[in-house]
Amino acid sequence: MTGWRLLPYGQSAVLVELASPADVLPARNALVAQGHPAVLAVVPAARTVLVQIDPDALAMAELRAWIDECLRTADAGVAAADRPEPVELAVRYDGADLDSVARRCGLSVAEVVRRHSTAEYTVQFCGFAPGFGYLSGLDPLLRLPRLASPRPLVPAGSVAIAGEFTGVYPRSSPGGWLLLGSTDAVLFDLDRDPPALLRPGTPVRLHPA
Amino acid sequence: MAAMIEVLASGPLATVQDLGRPGLAELGVSRSGAADRAALRLANRLVGNDESAAGIEITLGGLAIRLTTAATVACTGARCPLSGHPGGWNAALSCPAGTVLVLGPPAVGLRSYLAVRGGLAVPAVLGSRATDTLSGLGPAVLGPGQRLPLGSATAGPPGTAGDLGHPGTELPAGIARLRLATGPRAEWFEPGPLPEAAWQVRPDSDRIGTRLAGPALRLRPGFEQCAAELPSEPTLPGAVQVPPDGQPIVLGPDAPVTGGYPVVGVLPEADLDVLAQLRPGAVLRFVSAPTGPRSAASGRPR
Repeated sequence: MTGWRLLPYGQSAVLVELASPADVLPARNALVAQGHPAVLAVVPAARTVLVQIDPDALAMAELRAWIDECLRTADAGVAAADRPEPVELAVRYDGADLDSVARRCGLSVAEVVRRHSTAEYTVQFCGFAPGFGYLSGLDPLLRLPRLASPRPLVPAGSVAIAGEFTGVYPRSSPGGWLLLGSTDAVLFDLDRDPPALLRPGTPVRLHPA
Repeated sequence: MAAMIEVLASGPLATVQDLGRPGLAELGVSRSGAADRAALRLANRLVGNDESAAGIEITLGGLAIRLTTAATVACTGARCPLSGHPGGWNAALSCPAGTVLVLGPPAVGLRSYLAVRGGLAVPAVLGSRATDTLSGLGPAVLGPGQRLPLGSATAGPPGTAGDLGHPGTELPAGIARLRLATGPRAEWFEPGPLPEAAWQVRPDSDRIGTRLAGPALRLRPGFEQCAAELPSEPTLPGAVQVPPDGQPIVLGPDAPVTGGYPVVGVLPEADLDVLAQLRPGAVLRFVSAPTGPRSAASGRPR
């Protein structure tokens, strides 16, 4: 862990801002592994981790001291034993933005597919919709901003990129990410326990279908 | 005939709500649940339910229901003219089978709650019967012809607001004052307008966010780029986000669990109940609430 700041987040939470995006999952894992009866939730995102507490059970100063202690003793990496089983997703590279992504990146379509499907991804956090995982590990050459104006309807299973992340739309929704392909995998299923296929820390491998 | 509530009319928006799905943000699932939690809790206690039982959240009145069986019902929150029973607001009402209850529009406030002894027994999704209007989790938004089964789980006998020592949610007359604790990006903005201005609730407010209109909050010099490049951060209901137009949005129970706009402040839990009662056009002011000692930096220097 290279460094962090604790930022105020109202009366029942603190936001941990990490120096590096690579520290987010180790920090989240350390806080979850250590555990505290007053901590209600630990929620990772792109650079920050929110720690929410029952304010009647723990004072803010004690929470801050506890977080600092957890992070000081945290391992920078994720122990192999703590790593969940990888999720394998078969992807059809038939997305509406595949050609324009290739053009804007100065690569052939085949090279975009090769780079996108051979990277090692990890779910860094979930958000946007139930089961939507932000996968870190995207090839730096494929990093492009999202659409200026989102599409009103992106089909469920669309595999897309935006900025430093790739992800899969769990259900049809509006969306501004660039569409590279699609998968038949069911990302969020209420009849499954847990319902979300992708959870923070899950390794993900993509294969061209 | 099975014990049911039949929805005859729903008004602008009526949904099934309980205390929601806390603790699932890591899976991308919002808390959802009643916007005015104190009012739902009171309604449930009046009919002798556990506080977390599912009831109906009604927006600006307009709900009409028919009971297929004798039932004990309580209405709380924004006070609506009630027809179909001589009893009043914040009280347990014994209703014979076939009773039709009609709630008119409230004169003050925005959201009303109707609890039935035994609770609404619609299927639970991820441990809650709440309708999440953004993600679609939980039962459908209520409409005419829908039937809601009644449950049988109770926690005690029906009570009165007097027994419970609870007068019901205080609805603000005139300008509401909401406490605001410091948020993670408060220092990015020019101080001034947020605590000083009167803010008006915009008509495009909903369970996802209460949108406010007032003087634009401006970024301090040097922080424009930080705000433009801010990657998604975790959020909580009550977080005050500032989009590029400078008009703040207070996140509601159905807001996404991460967001890309800087958060300047966070309302304490109890003030969310007051916010939930502010209808479009209502005016509010923020007063500062302590967050405890602030440390600008901790951990190792960076």
